[in-house]
Amino acid sequence: MLKAAVVVLLAFMTLPTVVVIAVSFNPTAILSFPPAGFSLRWYENALTYPQFQRAAVNSLWVTLGSVALALPIGTAAALALERGRLRLPTLWATLLLSPLVVPGVAAGLGFLILAASLGMIRSRAVLIVAHVALVLPFVVRSVWVSVRNLDVTLERAAASLGATPWRAFRRVTLPLLRPGFFAAILFAVVVSVNEFVVSLFISNRVTEILPVAMYSYVVNYTDPTIAAMSTLFITATFVVVWLADRFVGLGRVFLQHR
Amino acid sequence: MANAVVELRGCTRDYGGVRAVDALDLAILEGEFLSLLGPSGCGKTTTLNLVAGFVEPTAGRVFIDGEDVTGLPAHRRGLGVVFQSYALFPHLSVFENVAFGLRERRAPAAEIARRVGEALELVRLDREGRQRPSQLSGGMQQRVALARALVYRPRVLLLDEPLAALDKKLREEMRDELRAIQCSVGITTVFVTHDQAEALGLSDRIAVMSRGRIERLGAPREIYERPSSRFVADFIGASTVLRGRAVATDRVALASGLEVQVAAGAALRIGAELELAIRPERVQLAAGPGMGAIEARVEGLVYQGALTEVSARLGDGQRLRVFVTEPSPVPLAQGQTVHLVLPADAFMVLT
Repeated sequence: MLKAAVVVLLAFMTLPTVVVIAVSFNPTAILSFPPAGFSLRWYENALTYPQFQRAAVNSLWVTLGSVALALPIGTAAALALERGRLRLPTLWATLLLSPLVVPGVAAGLGFLILAASLGMIRSRAVLIVAHVALVLPFVVRSVWVSVRNLDVTLERAAASLGATPWRAFRRVTLPLLRPGFFAAILFAVVVSVNEFVVSLFISNRVTEILPVAMYSYVVNYTDPTIAAMSTLFITATFVVVWLADRFVGLGRVFLQHR
Repeated sequence: MANAVVELRGCTRDYGGVRAVDALDLAILEGEFLSLLGPSGCGKTTTLNLVAGFVEPTAGRVFIDGEDVTGLPAHRRGLGVVFQSYALFPHLSVFENVAFGLRERRAPAAEIARRVGEALELVRLDREGRQRPSQLSGGMQQRVALARALVYRPRVLLLDEPLAALDKKLREEMRDELRAIQCSVGITTVFVTHDQAEALGLSDRIAVMSRGRIERLGAPREIYERPSSRFVADFIGASTVLRGRAVATDRVALASGLEVQVAAGAALRIGAELELAIRPERVQLAAGPGMGAIEARVEGLVYQGALTEVSARLGDGQRLRVFVTEPSPVPLAQGQTVHLVLPADAFMVLT
């Protein structure tokens, strides 16, 4: 009975994906399921569409930039929360994790107004800053778990052996935070690449990232190109997660608690 | 007279409302093995941390080789530390762990390889260089920690209860090995422990600590045979404390009126109320009454293999602990009456 329920649930969750993938192979310009045949023309269309190409490049830069910024900021925050003897640690933790609970529309509007008041409407910088803010909670949380698991005596040991605080950090603390970094990067990349609502508010056709470009397409055209693009997107995410498991082990990433 | 390598002058360390170390004065001599011995919370680890530079004293100064290092951070003091948890770097191999201190001192690669090899040979781990700490047993990890602390020839070696995590057999093995290494290297060593047997067996001098102060500082034998205070008599070795009043310069009347002879040199003040301590192994079992033997009744027997711990009740109600070397000269049973001889020179007068 329970098994059946799980199967039904899984089917329910994966069915939309299955439909999208199936539709992408439809030879005609109609989003019909089941597909009437097999054709790769929509894939060709998707891969050659200039707006998708530009958006893909934007996605790459925005994600790389935001993750590169969020990692040191998030690490510093995690260390401060755990070791900094802050007077109101709960307040800081709540502030840092707040992007998780603020509705995307509210955040998007907020960033838009902020950008306008700074005269930086629709600039890539604002987009990256917004992504840093949205991705930071995940980075902080992931690194914080690793920081919690650090043995403080190790840093004392390093000091007793002659390492300055900075060298102890570099040679002992940082390497031991690696599992946290992997988890942080994985979460950050997935969140940033898929970010839609806030990015919709603060980008234009030049700066928009892939999910926004896909939305723009669907608004204007209803052919299976969008299904092909979606399938490529899903496949890419799948590959990234699989690679993460292959080279790092998702068990290591997610099961950091001792 | 050896010179002092480390000196603590009037060191006090407070943690919030708690005074962990109280106006401590201590001079650690060149080449000696000094143990800081005491129960939990006596301040021994804090004292070690003051020497190492992990904490700064709230008051007082710390000197190494005559130089005031009170404000000097730990990484500039050139000492070697072995932690209770060993604190080996889990992401580095045994070789890299031991080489850590040398790398911080920018030693050339060839020298590092040579000296790490020597250090690992010293602790008999020369074939485990490539392994990770997690692959080694507790005893081996402890030896790596020792090699790591010694490889760069520090001025002083500090050990914070390094044997605490090992089982009894291993602890004894490591204790002997530690002493042998310390002797061969000749390094000034400070050893923190709560195990008095360890301290007695390893040290040139023992500082018995309680509540942030040093109660007694001296050689093991001296401290054991002349504890001078009730705390030290209780903490080092076992002892029975009997209360009484001096009736002569060398005789004490116990509560029941029972009189015991103490050593002639005691020079007791007549009429003074005092405490006498006697070690259980010094109490002798007489074959029968007479010869100044005191009657007692056996209340408890704990067989320990090499000896039996006997708890005996004296006529005046006071309890006496006796260690009887097996095989016992007299058969022992619960409730039995035995005759005990308390030699005069076995009594330790406590102040």
